[in-house]
Amino acid sequence: MSLLRIKEYSLAINGTEILHDVDIAVDAGQIVAITGESGSGKSMTALSIMGLLPRGSVNRGQIMLDGVSLLDASEAELCDMRGNAVGMIFQEPMTALNPVMTIGDQVAETILMHEKISRHDARARAVKLIERVGLKLAPTRYPHELSGGQRQRVVIAMAIAVRPKLLIADEPTTALDVTTQARILELLKGLVDEFDMGLLMITHDLAVVAGMADKIVVMQNGRIVEAAPTQTLLRDMQHPYTKALFKASGHKVTLPARADAPHLLYAKGVTRDYPLPRSGLFGARPSFRALNNVSFHIEHGERVGLVGESGCGKSTLTRAILGLEPIQAGEITLDGDPVFTGKKPNLTVRRRMQVVFQDPYSSFNPRHRVERLITEPFHLLENPPTSAARDAAIAAALRDVGLSVSDKDKYIHEFSGGQRQRIAIARALIIEPELIIFDEAVSALDVSVRAQVLDLIADLCKSRSLAYLFISHDLSVVRTVADRVLVMQAGQIVEHGATEDIFLNPQHPYTQALIAAAPQLPEISHAS
Amino acid sequence: MIRYTFGRLSSLVISLIVASMVIFLVIEVIPGDPASFMLGINAREDTLAALRAEMGLDQPLVIRYFNWVLGMLQGDFGNSWTYKTPVAELINDRIWVSLPLAVYALLLSTLIAFPAGIYAASRRGSAGDVTIIGATQLGVALPNFWFAMILVLIFAIKLRWFSAGGFPGWDDPLLAIKSLTLPAIALALPQAAILARVMRSSLLDMLGEDFIRTARAKGLTRRQALWRHAVRNALIPVLTIIGLQFSFLLAGGIIIEQVFFLPGLGRLIFQSISARDLIVVESVVMLLVFTVIVVNFAVDLAYAAVDPRLRSRA
Amino acid sequence: MNKSFVIGAGLSVVFLLLALLSFVWTPYDIETLDIPNKLQGLSGSHLLGTDHFGRDILSMIMMGARTSIAVALLAVGIGLLLGVPLGLIAAAKHGSFLDELIMRGNDLVFAFPSLVIAILITAVFGASAINAIIAIGIFNIPVFARLTRAAALPLWERDFVLAARVCGKPPARISIEHILPNITNLMIVQGTIQFSLGILAEAALSYIGLGAQPPTASWGRMLADAQTLVSIAPHTALVPGFTILLMVLGLNLLGDGLRDWIDPKLRLIRT
Repeated sequence: MSLLRIKEYSLAINGTEILHDVDIAVDAGQIVAITGESGSGKSMTALSIMGLLPRGSVNRGQIMLDGVSLLDASEAELCDMRGNAVGMIFQEPMTALNPVMTIGDQVAETILMHEKISRHDARARAVKLIERVGLKLAPTRYPHELSGGQRQRVVIAMAIAVRPKLLIADEPTTALDVTTQARILELLKGLVDEFDMGLLMITHDLAVVAGMADKIVVMQNGRIVEAAPTQTLLRDMQHPYTKALFKASGHKVTLPARADAPHLLYAKGVTRDYPLPRSGLFGARPSFRALNNVSFHIEHGERVGLVGESGCGKSTLTRAILGLEPIQAGEITLDGDPVFTGKKPNLTVRRRMQVVFQDPYSSFNPRHRVERLITEPFHLLENPPTSAARDAAIAAALRDVGLSVSDKDKYIHEFSGGQRQRIAIARALIIEPELIIFDEAVSALDVSVRAQVLDLIADLCKSRSLAYLFISHDLSVVRTVADRVLVMQAGQIVEHGATEDIFLNPQHPYTQALIAAAPQLPEISHAS
Repeated sequence: MIRYTFGRLSSLVISLIVASMVIFLVIEVIPGDPASFMLGINAREDTLAALRAEMGLDQPLVIRYFNWVLGMLQGDFGNSWTYKTPVAELINDRIWVSLPLAVYALLLSTLIAFPAGIYAASRRGSAGDVTIIGATQLGVALPNFWFAMILVLIFAIKLRWFSAGGFPGWDDPLLAIKSLTLPAIALALPQAAILARVMRSSLLDMLGEDFIRTARAKGLTRRQALWRHAVRNALIPVLTIIGLQFSFLLAGGIIIEQVFFLPGLGRLIFQSISARDLIVVESVVMLLVFTVIVVNFAVDLAYAAVDPRLRSRA
Repeated sequence: MNKSFVIGAGLSVVFLLLALLSFVWTPYDIETLDIPNKLQGLSGSHLLGTDHFGRDILSMIMMGARTSIAVALLAVGIGLLLGVPLGLIAAAKHGSFLDELIMRGNDLVFAFPSLVIAILITAVFGASAINAIIAIGIFNIPVFARLTRAAALPLWERDFVLAARVCGKPPARISIEHILPNITNLMIVQGTIQFSLGILAEAALSYIGLGAQPPTASWGRMLADAQTLVSIAPHTALVPGFTILLMVLGLNLLGDGLRDWIDPKLRLIRT
């Protein structure tokens, strides 16, 4: 008998069908991964097991845990089950912990909920658990003093505190860096073995799934399209959606060849300090060095990738290149002209650069129409096009990114995430800049949409001489869109070189660690 | 924590200094010659001279300001021109009505608002929640001085449970509290309505947070999650409102004193305004503002007690 | 359309119409005294009775609505006109000395309840409706400045503002083009709430004699006159009291309704 058995389970929230005829089984000691794109119903499946569905949910079918029907259980029985028989880990470690309670107390709380034990003994066990998940921290620390990875470990400690039979992990490493991700995944695997737990893991990342799960369940629009043991599925995919998903995950583009060209962007010894709050009442104000002696260049028409983990200084570098903030030492020039010119921006330099940001939902003023949104860079021109020329420019920009001219009168909320990134690219292209900075521009997108946007970028390179700096934490993406790669760590560029050289023969230990930590998608034969 | 306290303390001092300058400016500089302003156009020259000397108007502005501040620091607020007695004595007689009234009202407001807000949030959408929302909607719209009049009409004139006004002094504390009860209720209910609404919405915000879901996943019931995790976090915005409310209760008390004929700062200040006794007005206003600033300082310290993020930062 | 919006808008419109109607017509002239008919109860000839001078209370309520609405509306105007730009500047210059100065200034004004401001002004300039407007208006400035800054700061972190900066737009232009349109809804809702608080404050100030002076009709003054008569002619106190209650209730419901309609998660300042 399976530990967890979900059978013909359907769920509707406020009349909208979310899940349809879902069947999943998890055995003790087994890792089952549910994967799929956003809106596929992965997370709702997890919340269904926990009985933590939002208001207005109506479900039918069967969820059996260890022979007990959860859908028939009372709220009191469910409370008894949560944290005790089933533990759960969530995606966002930064907000998952109570900010005004110490981590020791939060871990001890799980034990106190489910066992008759003194507060003192529960605390002592919490200390052991915090050690077991790999933290060397006093239990009296508060969540805000911990990094994201550390907080996720605390959440894991809470989830496994009373040795549940089943652990549910909902995108447990999505918000974390690759190196942290690798360690957390390792921890989870170790716990599964040690406790003989079942692990139901929900993730959109197929590389993580492939490397970890015993069984894979692929979901699309609330239905299971395919489920099989990992090796079987990787060897012999049946459903076209599964195939498309794996294909998009490992999507590669081909960039047009290019010859060496003179430098366009040139950065030398760039250093950027941010002031920190005073530590003493008097004395010098300490500062945080976000960029430390950064030097690099981008040639005309060159496609350069920049990889690094969160907090490495990527965003600071973006702002410095765009001339939005002053730097404390060094210089950044575009064709010899400094990009930062104090309070009054140098428009002749600015109009040769544009940027595409990560979050398609915050990149646009919700109160303006597309026409106004994408023509904002015209502000940089001395004589911005008017009437017919302006309309032609708008039409051309929208067409270039695969949208229709009639979209110009719409508001941004009428578009999907992928379409919004296209609009962001249209905004960047409209003044035909020579350099575009893609700041994690595809990181928030689902794999299939991401593949399309990457294709679009490759196409644009074919139709014009475009140089870009493609900043991403995702090594596989950078590998396909860059001629050359810079690796950044703690405000410094630790290694740079031609893309394939870096990936095949990394020199710096940090680069080696990054590449080793990145989950690999296995080679899949696309025989059919 | 020490740095946080010190930072708040320095901003407390700066606020007090600037506030005193503003008050000094309005009272002693804007009228031109405060002495002739106080005495009117028909004043005799020797009375004018006497008042000018009393107020030290022959000295430069800066010296006068410093003398005023230094005097206050030693408890010397100058002499009232109309009462011919030290202002400090006048205030001392009256502040023991106004301050207890404000504190009494704040206690009542909190005691009513917390349970009401928590109950409403924990049973969102229930009949109890709807009733509480409706009651707070009315409470927020209630003019407190009119409410005071209605209370007098019902409980003093019709039912004769309380006296319609006046204050017997603190010789008999029970009697004193009893005579402050109707005024305190009149002050507290509208404020309690606001506080309950803030408490409820703050709690509902917290109940939507990720860490509540985490707590529920540990096996806490909805109510346990509310009490152990949501309430303390919800207190942070609620404390802000409590701090603001104290200043409203203190100022609002001045009005309510009029309804109940209480011998507090309100009566003193209105008599002084009509008598153009600027010295008294200046001192009482400074005292009110001082109290408000000190209470806000206390609220800032309370934040740090509730929120560990404040303790470790700056 | 939600229920509180409909009820709130209905009540507010009724009082607005009463105030407007008073410019062309009131049932009686409130400047004529009619002592023989003093303190009459509610009747066909005097719908809401008469006061201690025999004046028609309905007519006085209509005239008083003018004062109340004018004072509260102008005070909101002062708050918006000065507070919003201050908040926008503070947000645009976040972390600068100017930001610090504006925020400290706000804290300072918050330490002066509007009643205390009114006392200061009255002590020097004498009581009048104008002083009530200034006192309530000054109090509104930090409310709007704080709210504007609090709403603008997260917008400044949004990528669309960064995109505008990349396009070389100066902070002032970004504030007007990108920040202001995105906080307008919030200002409308808060404005409604400050309007209702203004009505209450105006009533309180004229009740203690620091607001509109006779012969200007005002609800607070009517209550002050009624205070000694409350046991013999309760209607003289009940009618103006319920009028204030309904007007403020209407505005609050309108504000809540607008908020729920626009965005239930708007962060307002409640005082």
